[in-house]
Parts: sequence; structure tokens; C-alpha cells
Amino acid sequence: MKGFILSFRSEFFKSRKTLGFWAAILLPLLICLLLFVGFYTKSERLAGMPPMLLWIQFAGAILAVMGSLLLPMFVIFIAYSVNSIEHKADTWKSLFTLPISRLSVYAAKYFYALFLIFLCLALFVLFTIGFGNLLSLVKPELRFDNYHMEDTLAKLYFKLFLSSLGILSIQFLLSLLWSDFLKPMGVGFFATIVGVITASKSWEYCYLFPYAHPMLALKLMPHNTTKGDNPQIVIDLFTKDILVGITVSALVFIGGYFIVLKKSVK
Amino acid sequence: MVIRTEGLSFNFGSQQVVKSLNLQVPEGSIYGFLGPNGAGKTTTIKLLLNLLKTQHGSIHIFEQELQKNRISILSQIGALIEQPAIYQHLSGKENLLNRALLLQVPVKRVDEMLDLVHLSNAANKKAGQYSLGMKQRLGIALALLTDPKLLILDEPTNGLDPNGIIEVRELLLKLVSQHRKTVFISSHLLAEIERMATHVGIIDGGQLLFQGSITELEALSQPLIRIEADNTVDAANLLKRKNYPVADVTDEYVYVPYTSKKQMGDINALLIQNEYVVFSISKQQKDLEKLFLSITQNA
Repeated sequence: MKGFILSFRSEFFKSRKTLGFWAAILLPLLICLLLFVGFYTKSERLAGMPPMLLWIQFAGAILAVMGSLLLPMFVIFIAYSVNSIEHKADTWKSLFTLPISRLSVYAAKYFYALFLIFLCLALFVLFTIGFGNLLSLVKPELRFDNYHMEDTLAKLYFKLFLSSLGILSIQFLLSLLWSDFLKPMGVGFFATIVGVITASKSWEYCYLFPYAHPMLALKLMPHNTTKGDNPQIVIDLFTKDILVGITVSALVFIGGYFIVLKKSVK
Repeated sequence: MVIRTEGLSFNFGSQQVVKSLNLQVPEGSIYGFLGPNGAGKTTTIKLLLNLLKTQHGSIHIFEQELQKNRISILSQIGALIEQPAIYQHLSGKENLLNRALLLQVPVKRVDEMLDLVHLSNAANKKAGQYSLGMKQRLGIALALLTDPKLLILDEPTNGLDPNGIIEVRELLLKLVSQHRKTVFISSHLLAEIERMATHVGIIDGGQLLFQGSITELEALSQPLIRIEADNTVDAANLLKRKNYPVADVTDEYVYVPYTSKKQMGDINALLIQNEYVVFSISKQQKDLEKLFLSITQNA
């Protein structure tokens, strides 16, 4: 466990000056900022809108690209960047001659990638809510403050996080085995396209395909029901696609460990 | 023995790159692991560090079996394999800090190491901008960071200028004499090893051709009489007629295997009687370079 924690801290130390790390912070910041500017300049068109619809417009603009493109590509990129640090510096050999178990080294890297994705999605929630409320302050005609969807957004993004597990584990392993960028990127891009097509065509078995999960997570989600006076969005977290994603990630993670264990460092 | 291997063999596919190696590295030694490029040196080192899985034979380090005691053994080894593994986007100091963090070494040790390898002035420069020699020195600093009992260095002077080579050599000698370290160092340059090693293993084609102390290696080389004369070819012919075996003839020198001082005097007298001008005559150890070549070529 100590080896794992030390390795995890070292991952942060190594990556804190790389694009891989900053992408997790800058991506949500820039996208939310852009949206903020967009809503700010077009505020008169949106002024009459009911608060709930306003939030759905605001958050939905991001979510629309999130499932189909942004999240899968971000996951592919993070999986690559965490491993490429070692490929580029040729440091696998020195990493595996340290008195730290291979499991710790491998698991720390995997969970660090997971952490970056979590961080990125958490910041999306934070910035969406933050900029939404900021809009109601600077443009009082936009009534963002009259409806609260913090809880819904948090749940929704958490579901997106879970839906990325399958892709992450596969891309992580590909990036670990292949030192170049194009191979895992190419495979990931192709699989994402297939995922988007199957999910949007509602192919009955697409829940078995991890690259379709982010899309499915959003697609199956919003059941608009009316409970009492306020319309509610109910999110079912553990749908069968999420369960498949978690299972796939666990299996690939364990499989990857045995590959790392057997792996000879050339 | 700090390192002891028995019948260590390794195949890449169908090609056997290490053949039944029996290494014996005593404590407190500088063990020079010599061989031409592609002899199997790096493969052996990777086996010793458990980067490659042992296929046949056994490896004991500090008298412990490697596979079963991997972590405890590795915690006492500092290693430098081929080109040093350095994060180019971090500074030299950050590279050391990262390693110190991983291995829980006090931060002040980082500055000591920078000092030791003369990188204090370049500590905050990105390692990607380091020269090859600086990278190599940073690699050595990384290997020394935990104050390990055993240092395994794969061609550590590669890319260093003569000054750098001398510095590394002095550093290693100091570590062994003052801190009782054991150093296992590979090289394809005999001249470099000859000046510091206490023990030598010579490998070629994956096979260990010689192993022993440096004096044992020197004993293998037969001393020669080197004669500097005016007409070396005729002089050599004369010596042959008088039943002296001639080892070698060049434009300047004739070489005859040495047996005794009297023999040297006899040869001198013989040449002078036959009106050859002898400029000099001396006893000479066959240099290790030639010995190395003859060992690796006879295999």
C-alpha cells in the first residue's frame, strides 16, 4: 500500500508540468468560460426562459458533445499521456528496478489516470454551476438562481465517470503496450466512432461495447417525471451498460496486471 | 559473494544470448564485465535486475534468491542501464526529487548527489537540455541516491569526455575503498576497466570466457622481450635460425617470448655479434587489450 501511495504521489509530481495534467483542469474551465461568454452576449434571447430550461440549455450544450466525442477522446488522451511519460523518457526499466512491487507501479498509474478523469468531470460540474450562478449575478434577467440542479448534474457527471471506466481500462492497456501515439489513438478513435453509431442507432447489444457507454449514459438518462410541483430529472446510476463497463474495467485491469508482471523490459 | 549466478541462460526466441553463465562477484570488488558489443552484457544485467525473467539457471544476490526476494534485493541496488532514464521535462533536481519521493530518501541527499556529480549549477535546468555527459552523471546520481550496497552500471562512461571518465573512475574507486560498496560495471573498453577493476569477467557470444581477479588475468598474458633494432626483419630471421621463437615483428620491434634475464642477455649479445644495432631491449607484459582480443577471438 505504501508503494502505491508513493507511486501515486510520484505520478502527480511527474505530470504536474505536462499537458496531460493541465488538460484535466483547462478543458472544463475553457469550455465553461466559452459558454459563459456565449450566454452573456446572447442574454436577451434567453431572458424569458424558465430557469430549469435555462440550466438544461447551459449544461446540455456541454453534455451534447461530452458523450459522443469529448469524454472518449479525453479518456484516450489521458490514458496515453500517463503512459507516454515513461515511454518518452525510457524509464520503464528504472521504474521496474525500484524496490516497489510491479502491482503498485501499475495500479498507481491506472488510478492516477482515473483520478484525472474524475477531476476533469468534477470541475465540469463545479464550473457549470459556478458560471451559471455567475450569469444570474451579472445578468439578473437570466434566472439561473431560481432552479437548482447541482444534485442532478453531480449524479449525471458521476454516471459519465462510471461510463468511461471501460474505455479507460482498454486504452490504458493499449498505451502501456504501445509506445507511440497513433496506434492507441487510432484504435480508440475508430472504436469511439463505432460506439457512437451503434448507440445512436440503438443497436440492442451496444451496451456491451464500452466505447458506446458515455453516449448511452446520457441517452438513457433523462426521464422527465413530475413529482409534486417541480419537474424532476431522475437518473438511474447503475444501468446495465454501466455494470458492463465496471466489469470490463475490472477484467482488463487484472489482465493488464498479469501482462505487466510477465512483461520483459527490452 | 554479492552476485552469484549458476547456469544462467537466456533466449530471445530461438536465439540464445546468454549461455550458462556462472558469475561470481565478491563483496567490495569492482567487477569489470567485459565484452564486445552484442556479447550479452546488457541482457545479463537485465536478468540481474529482474527486468528479464530468468529462464534457466539461478541468480543469487546478497546470497538471496532473486525472484523470491526481489523487493528486498532491489532496495540495496543502484542501477544505470544503457542510456540513463531521465524525465526530460523535469529539471535534474526534480528528477532526483521524484526518485527521492518514491524511495523515501531525505531531500538533503538530493543536493549531496548533485554536488557529488558536479551538477549543482545545472540543477534547475531541464534535463532535456543536458549534454550526454551531464545526463550520464545524473543517471549515476540517481543510482547512488539510496546509498546502495551494490551498484550495477551498464557502460556508465558512454558519451563522457576524458575528464568525465576520470571523474567517474575516481568516484567509483572512492565508493569501493571508503564505503565498502561493490560495483558491477560493464564495458566494451578494456583500457577503462583495466584501471579500476579488481575482478574481471569476459563475455562473448553469451559465454563467459574468463573470470578472475585482474592479477589472474595478467598472469595469463605471457611476458615478451621487446627488441628495438635497426633491421628488424633480418634480426628476426637470425633469431629464428638460432631457435628463438619470434612472437611478432614490426618495422621497429621484434618480440620474443620472455623466459629469463639470461635469455635476454644472450639475445642482446647474439644480435650485437652479428652487427645489428640494438637501440633498446626490454621485458614487456602483453597488454590486456591484445589479451582481450585473443580471448574473445579464440572462442
